[in-house]
Amino acid sequence: MNRTRRAILVVALMVGALLPLFLKSYGIYLLTLLCVYLMPAFGLNLIVGYAGQMSIGQGAFYGIGAYIAALLMTKAGIPFWLVLPVAATSCFTIGLALGFPALRVQHHYLAFATLGFNVLVYLVMRNEEQLTGGTFGMSNIPRPSLFGYSFDGALPFFYLTYVSLLALGCVLWWLLRSPWGRAFAALRDNPIRAESTGVNITAYTLLAFAIGAACAGIGGAYLAALVNFIEPGQFGVSVSLTMLLAVIVGGSGRFFGPVLGSAIVILLPEWLRFLQDWYLTLFGFAVIVMMIFLPGGLLSFADRLKTRRRAP
Amino acid sequence: MGELIHLVVSGTATGAIYALAALGFTLLWQASNTVNFAQGEFVMLPAFMMLFFIGTLGTPLWLAFLLTCPVAMLLLGYTFKRVIVDPLIRHGVIPLVIATLGLAIGLKQLVKASVTAQAQPFDSAFPNGLLTMGTITVSYADVGTLLLAGMIVIGLQLFLNRTLTGRAMQAVAQNTEAAKVLGINVQRMVLYTFLINAVLAVVTALLITPTYLAKFDMGESIGLKAFYAAIIGGFNQARGALLGGVLVGVLENLTGAYVSAAYKEGVALLLFMIVIIVRPEGLLGKPEERKV
Repeated sequence: MNRTRRAILVVALMVGALLPLFLKSYGIYLLTLLCVYLMPAFGLNLIVGYAGQMSIGQGAFYGIGAYIAALLMTKAGIPFWLVLPVAATSCFTIGLALGFPALRVQHHYLAFATLGFNVLVYLVMRNEEQLTGGTFGMSNIPRPSLFGYSFDGALPFFYLTYVSLLALGCVLWWLLRSPWGRAFAALRDNPIRAESTGVNITAYTLLAFAIGAACAGIGGAYLAALVNFIEPGQFGVSVSLTMLLAVIVGGSGRFFGPVLGSAIVILLPEWLRFLQDWYLTLFGFAVIVMMIFLPGGLLSFADRLKTRRRAP
Repeated sequence: MGELIHLVVSGTATGAIYALAALGFTLLWQASNTVNFAQGEFVMLPAFMMLFFIGTLGTPLWLAFLLTCPVAMLLLGYTFKRVIVDPLIRHGVIPLVIATLGLAIGLKQLVKASVTAQAQPFDSAFPNGLLTMGTITVSYADVGTLLLAGMIVIGLQLFLNRTLTGRAMQAVAQNTEAAKVLGINVQRMVLYTFLINAVLAVVTALLITPTYLAKFDMGESIGLKAFYAAIIGGFNQARGALLGGVLVGVLENLTGAYVSAAYKEGVALLLFMIVIIVRPEGLLGKPEERKV
């Protein structure tokens, strides 16, 4: 990372921290939602952009995290800080169990397995009424508090989410810079060569998938605390699809790709409300156009310009 | 006993419909390595086209079906291949998969925004009523579906195995390079596959929409069943799609009746997980060798 990029990052982080002070409550809510959404999106980028696998089930893990948080906090009264590790480890374990059979076979099998898994999780949320409240969902999910300080207000909860997101981002950044993370790049660029240098493809990909799922679990817990009310529709297949496309549109395999992509699917529709259902229509067709002309995502645009200028 | 037979027959009929969608899916994969995630939307769109012909032009169902076929071949066959598949296939499987995912969202929302978000009723191509033979009762719709699907599958097999064009298409699917060397027009054969897929989608729409109702998101379920049927049977075998489709249809029906109606939709996933653990190449498939 060179000096200009570091400067841009610092400025962006400052803007992110100061912006909510000038916003009304709905604006703060949207920014918090963006921060929450970025947790599963960063995890998905690990799976898609670094491990080179397709997952259409990130919404299911997001939902599992949210429902675990809602159940433990409302029915058992367990504090948020204990719920977080439970949500993360549950999603990690389920990710391992789901990914293991699917990753034994290469190609797009993980995509199909995660897609079906998402359908199944949705069915469980809808049908197990005694546990999940069925289509009525679960409400009155409390916000966390720490040493007697409550994060009930919009601004305190925003800063809690913002700091948590930064912490998660730092962990993932460190992970990708470690030798373990370097193996990923090798995997994605040339799996057969990586395997011949001693990288165990299946184990690495499986771990990446499970870590990505755990990120979604953490995000789900924050989502439950943010919106106070969850129902199955928030975690359907279309949610997973939109998230996958958000990561790809932003630029999968680039650390900050999900930030741009998530802003496009969370913030942009708010300004383009008059488009209603046409927004997603345009988004879907725009993805096709982008795959044809800019397959690396929007963040690859700058690189594209650079190489073009260098070429005679 | 009579109930069991009824469930098996209607399950086989539903499975035959899944098989038709899955067949198109496998044909595309074999001919051009295209994994089409918009396969379900390729079924949804013809359903609305037929409703358009019936509602706006007042045509009977059979004429609407015949009119929809060429439109689908043009849009979902030719245009899909030229505009989306041809520019992307060079970059490998994943970019094309993502483009078809975008296409799926785009088509779904297009119908939702421009036509309707409500489920529309759709007349069955077959008469209502039940056929009783002793203790066994089956509905005319199930029998009709089985006959029509069976005829299409047999016809397609005859075309692929007995005609010169069909055999050339198989040659392209088995070894594109060798086919090119032998003077086969590869691009044209691939185009034929896309056209056949489009027609199969229209037939699937004709058969499934009376039960599913025409709705912008009806493709999600049928698309998922088609993928699973194709993988369970064997991704690289046309016969596999048939077996997979029927297996999913029958087991779903039996699960719905005897185990849990709420989790009927999970049967295909369970079967898929078992198959990829025990026999990853699918029940009838052959293992694919990996190229270095």
